[in-house]
Amino acid sequence: MEVLKMIQAMGRGTGFAHFTPAHIIMLALGILFLWFGIVKKYEPFLLVPLGIGCILVNIPGTGLMAPGGLLGYNYQGIALVIYPPLIFLGVGAMTDFGPLIANPSTIILGAAAHLGIFIALIGAKLMGFSLAEASAIGIIGGADGPMAIYVATKLAPHLLGPIAVAAYSYMALLPLIQPPIMKALVPLEERKIAMEKLRPVTKREKIIFPVMMIFIVLVLLPPIAPLISCLMLGNLIRECGVMDRVSNTIGGVFLDIITVFIAVAIGSTMSAENFVNLQTLKIVALGLIAFCAGSASGVLWARLMCKMSGGKINPLIGSAGIAAVPMAARVSHNVGIQYNKRNYLIMHAMGPNLAGVLGTAVAGGIMLTLLGVF
Amino acid sequence: MSNVECPIAGKVLKINIEIGQPVGEDDELFIVEAMKMENQVYGDEGTVKEIKVKIGDRVQEGDVLAIIE
Repeated sequence: MEVLKMIQAMGRGTGFAHFTPAHIIMLALGILFLWFGIVKKYEPFLLVPLGIGCILVNIPGTGLMAPGGLLGYNYQGIALVIYPPLIFLGVGAMTDFGPLIANPSTIILGAAAHLGIFIALIGAKLMGFSLAEASAIGIIGGADGPMAIYVATKLAPHLLGPIAVAAYSYMALLPLIQPPIMKALVPLEERKIAMEKLRPVTKREKIIFPVMMIFIVLVLLPPIAPLISCLMLGNLIRECGVMDRVSNTIGGVFLDIITVFIAVAIGSTMSAENFVNLQTLKIVALGLIAFCAGSASGVLWARLMCKMSGGKINPLIGSAGIAAVPMAARVSHNVGIQYNKRNYLIMHAMGPNLAGVLGTAVAGGIMLTLLGVF
Repeated sequence: MSNVECPIAGKVLKINIEIGQPVGEDDELFIVEAMKMENQVYGDEGTVKEIKVKIGDRVQEGDVLAIIE
């Protein structure tokens, strides 16, 4: 009899008793993320930990996400705004701002792609979200993960889960989302345009750039100081030439590790209770609209610039104004190479891509300033 | 005689050719890793005369990777 009671007690302690259909949906979603990352090889560094986090948090009864649990602690990296600046530190160390310095006119494309943010914001307001919530949802369109997390933490922390998941998922799925839009809006001949080599950028320019940006952005938009300082610090570490050992690690292994932690943290927000509701669906839809609108806007502006420059700019780089670095630039490059095997658009696409990072930061900074929150 | 120029700054990941090998315009001669992407490098038709890099070398845009004649 005692043994039977023991077995019953063990049975009640397992999670099986507590599964709901919502849990099963979320577990399936987690597995879908794993599939996209492992089998289709879309951004595995994001999607695999994201999927794992989602699966872990949807097995009831483990206490992983409770305060004091493993995932609960990991999530503090987001709640206390620790991970996003560290990611920007790594991104800055990984990034060569040369293409942007060499061709400042691509800032226009970085700005153009951000139309997506405002379309999503308006859409969100129309769907009934408050201004603060709509702004946080709009930033998804900037396609900048840390920025989206940062703004959401400040403006709408209760929506952080769906916003972050939408942002990161769409970033990882860019190779699926952007090419159809790019091909629909850019005629065959323009896809083949090979761009001139960028002017050489001196080491001095690359050192002055991050220092200058720190002054400009911190004076004009203090709310985003944590993120931009780290971005530019990382970049300075890379460009100064006297810290190569550290620069390679920060922009490489360190960034990869923090990416895993932050992706697990985002996945851990995807508990069935938080996630399976109408609001999440609205945010997911708005996020997709933001990405598509931004890509389309960037490409169309690039077509305009192409005409104005006499055919020197390949409009495919316009969609790289979406700040997912370097994913969007890679998409532009890969589409371009399908039509002209010797066309290496990647460095040219990095111009708008990097401008997009700064553009998203500016958009976020403006929203935070206007809403008086920081 | 033509140079196979590196189209992008990065690291030589793979060398698909040997000295003396005949190559065509569509053959993938090198793979250069940059921006976490594998970039294929193509050249003109001919025979490989010289290979100027080895796997792991860091290369800049415009560096000559090989000579074809």
